[in-house]
Amino acid sequence: MSARLLAGLAVLLVLLLAAPALLGGYGLSVLILVLYFAFVGQAWNIMMGFAGQLSLGHALYAGLGGYVAAGLYFHYGIGPWAGVLVAIAAAVAAGSIVGYLGFRFSLAGVYFALLTIAFAEFTRIGFDNWSWSGGSGGLFLKVERGVTDLANLRGGPVLFYYVILALAAGTFGLCHLLLQSRLGRYWLAIREDAEAAQAVGVPVLRCKMMAVMISAALTAIAGVWNAFYYNNLFPETAFSIGRSIEMTLSPIIGGLGTLGGPLIGAVVLTSLGELFTSVGDMLGIPGIKQIFYGLALLAIIMYRPAGLWPWIAKRLGLERRL
Amino acid sequence: MTDRNRFTRRGLGRIAAGAALVGAPLPLRFASAQSAPANLKVGLILPMSGAQALIGQMCKHGADIANDVFADLKLPVKLDIVTYDSETKPDVARTQTEKAVEAGCQVLVGAFDSGQTIAVAQVAEQKGVPLVVNIAAAPPITESGYKFIVRNFPTAPMLLTSAFDLQKQIFAVSGVTPKTAVVLCINDTFGSAMLGGIKAMLPKAGMPYEILETITYDAAAKDLSVEVAKAKATKADMLMPICRLNDAKLMVQEMVKQRWEPMSINPGTPGMYEQDFIKSMGKYGEYTISIQPWLDPKSNMTKVLDKHHTAKFPGVQIDIDAGFTFEALLIAANAWLAAKSTKPDALMDALRKTKIDEHVMVGGPIQFDAKGQNVNIKGTVLQNLQRKPKVVLPKESAEATLTFPQPGWGDKRRT
Amino acid sequence: MNDFLLALAQAVAKGLLTGMVYGLMALGLSVIFGVMRVVNFAHGEMMVVGMYLAWAAFDALQVPPMLSLPAIAAVFFGAGYLLQRGLIQPFINRPEHQQFLLLLAVATLIANACLAIAGPDSLTVQLESRFDSYEMGPLVLDTVRVQAAFVALLITALLWLFFTRTRTGKAIRAAADNHMGALVVGLDVRRLYAVTFGIGAACVGAAGALMIMLVPVTPSLAPDYTLLAFVIVIVGGLGSMTGALLGGLLIGVSEAVAGLLGDPALKSMFSFGLLIVVLLLRPQGLLGRKETR
Repeated sequence: MSARLLAGLAVLLVLLLAAPALLGGYGLSVLILVLYFAFVGQAWNIMMGFAGQLSLGHALYAGLGGYVAAGLYFHYGIGPWAGVLVAIAAAVAAGSIVGYLGFRFSLAGVYFALLTIAFAEFTRIGFDNWSWSGGSGGLFLKVERGVTDLANLRGGPVLFYYVILALAAGTFGLCHLLLQSRLGRYWLAIREDAEAAQAVGVPVLRCKMMAVMISAALTAIAGVWNAFYYNNLFPETAFSIGRSIEMTLSPIIGGLGTLGGPLIGAVVLTSLGELFTSVGDMLGIPGIKQIFYGLALLAIIMYRPAGLWPWIAKRLGLERRL
Repeated sequence: MTDRNRFTRRGLGRIAAGAALVGAPLPLRFASAQSAPANLKVGLILPMSGAQALIGQMCKHGADIANDVFADLKLPVKLDIVTYDSETKPDVARTQTEKAVEAGCQVLVGAFDSGQTIAVAQVAEQKGVPLVVNIAAAPPITESGYKFIVRNFPTAPMLLTSAFDLQKQIFAVSGVTPKTAVVLCINDTFGSAMLGGIKAMLPKAGMPYEILETITYDAAAKDLSVEVAKAKATKADMLMPICRLNDAKLMVQEMVKQRWEPMSINPGTPGMYEQDFIKSMGKYGEYTISIQPWLDPKSNMTKVLDKHHTAKFPGVQIDIDAGFTFEALLIAANAWLAAKSTKPDALMDALRKTKIDEHVMVGGPIQFDAKGQNVNIKGTVLQNLQRKPKVVLPKESAEATLTFPQPGWGDKRRT
Repeated sequence: MNDFLLALAQAVAKGLLTGMVYGLMALGLSVIFGVMRVVNFAHGEMMVVGMYLAWAAFDALQVPPMLSLPAIAAVFFGAGYLLQRGLIQPFINRPEHQQFLLLLAVATLIANACLAIAGPDSLTVQLESRFDSYEMGPLVLDTVRVQAAFVALLITALLWLFFTRTRTGKAIRAAADNHMGALVVGLDVRRLYAVTFGIGAACVGAAGALMIMLVPVTPSLAPDYTLLAFVIVIVGGLGSMTGALLGGLLIGVSEAVAGLLGDPALKSMFSFGLLIVVLLLRPQGLLGRKETR
């Protein structure tokens, strides 16, 4: 089993590395989207799947990360590799506030989710009215043709593809290690029964905070990548609840708390999205793509509420809880 | 339990087969789109769904009749125009542009909204495909040093320069000059650009009025009663609204309800001349003044365009959305005629050298400066009269007479 | 100074009137969430459908929203009952994130069905009376707003009677307070839940019919209303009908006053700030009872 899994992963990795040569521009941009959602989904998964905290305001961290790094680059010319560190700091700070307030005041479930939404919306409106970040008019980074500059993340889609591939793969590995570690086991205990875990001596508050901070940090990195890839940021989209919800779909559909979940979820959802867009273009009815998409979500949550990955894993005979 | 599993697995297989069936004709779709041999393939990126869908559809009207107008004018060119929906979102605009380029579009036209246009521009620049901007006023589009873009639409500062000049004309012709003004401004990319422009240019424009207050409101606002109340409280002589369609309707509705009747001149934003506004507001939409680039009623090409528009879309009023979109396609067609090639560099070169004397919108010949900006577009003063926006100034293009200041809400002249 | 006070009074009055309609919408959520703990992320979408139905009735049959309201409420009751029985029932005890995704999918379907059928443009009900106003001393109150508020209040009163005087109403409250106890006593909890969802949906539908008198409808309004409903329910207090109404009034007034005092663009910041404060300091809301679990 283990050998089969490793072999499968190796083949996958080789295919992914060769992808730019195999796919056209459109195909590559779709694959980039898949990896992005897998990455950011994995980050969200840490908070929800591992530590059991439903965050519907994760766009806060992505937006903060993106704006901080882009803003530093735009105003002071500070490259993203340095900017990302500041971005992470900002997101972790925000996450700590949200986490601390939530846990200290014992907010759980919907209440906690609403707290996260409130913070994201609050920040959105704030950025809408802040001129340093361009206000509601948006922040734009300059783009040049034919320039490939890894240090400043300027370049074509291929550059960004490899960066996001590295990030997604790295996060996959990181989560694998985390799950093996003591922190990972504490998280499992907390998720199953927080009170019992506390009784046994698990430092619940600290573990939850760790989950939030790691999740926020990774999401911030995604935000930075996103900002430099699209070269534009608007508060309305960067912090929107739509973005936050987007981030949650892949892990939930794929399988909460599992490693493969976010990736499978990202693959399925992005493919479905593109398929439905094409169908929608053919049919010419506005909003038809979203209707199909909604139906797909409905079907999956009704018939496979635990997500697609656990089901696929069972089919493929991967017994170990990946 | 096992039954459900088996069903789902079979079901999954069916879904996959269905997907393959659906997906298979996709490459064929692109091929079949070119039913007749076309000279140039144009990717038209517009918001066809989402908040700006209505405008996207109006723009597309201009595209739908383009080939017919070319035929009527004996222009030996046929365009294959494929429309892509940006869903009023910059990221979707971007992926759709990638799709357009992948599908073989040789020229891009779009995207109405400044934020989406910038997203499209980046892809155009990166891929080296020429982009002709039909409508988008934010300065960064032609200020970022992009080499593959030309814009046939005034920037916010251009709109404002024109607006200030025309306002002076309005005051001179009517003999009435306001001393104070208040600005009600929508808080989005375009609104911010306009507001920034006003703040920067007003000191040097030598206007006879002073702006007492600027009140901004959320783009998604459902209700503007507080904002209008604040504006009314300033007791300003004149209102300058910076708005879009939906908020324009809300704004005027509130003004009527709160019985506030200032002079009102829209300095260059959409909303108040649009058919939906006129229809919804009825008699309260009459006499509304907007300063906008507009279709030249005296141009022959405009008459041809109007003829085809009315024939194909009866009951739909033609406006600048269709006009500028048509002009963008005219520019693309003209560039192909000059370059005789579909290679991007040749097309781009021809685009930069464009000089079209006879066209549709008011202003000098279509020409682009070093940054790709057409600086010859002129604004006009539009006033809603008899349920249509009519050009009242400048005199050379006028088709009706100006009424300024506007009659009160209860005035007998309002029918 | 006088001008300012007048403007302030005007804003408060308007806020109170609008707040009543908000309160009715939130009431629907309070009933659904309070009784079944279902996180109804499709609440705003349901409201928007109510708005569209009322608009359609006016457009096709010239029936003003206040008259089509009972029919719309009845339709919503039926639809809500079926939705709960058919789709939502299995999810009641499932984890939040699954409920959230289920209702998110439902919300996406509803919102985009609206988009496909009605298009993206904003639609208004052009009532004859939309430019009229009542004058109460120095205050000018919109006729339509006063009418909407009155009807909202009426419906709330009817609901209160239902929940306190009828058997089904009391049974629902019992099931909300103590699920196990209700089962033990022999209440058909599943049917009660379906009825509850139906009532909640009817509230939302009615609120929609009233809201279309005040505000134009587009599909994109829905998420804002979902959020607004949750804010009001939390601020006002779960499980308390008066709380939902009070929350609605509070939010309505705070929106109006915040817009007047500060930058109108920051109106919503105030509501979210209020939500955060309430969540932290008094999560049961102003009139809610502390959870006993």
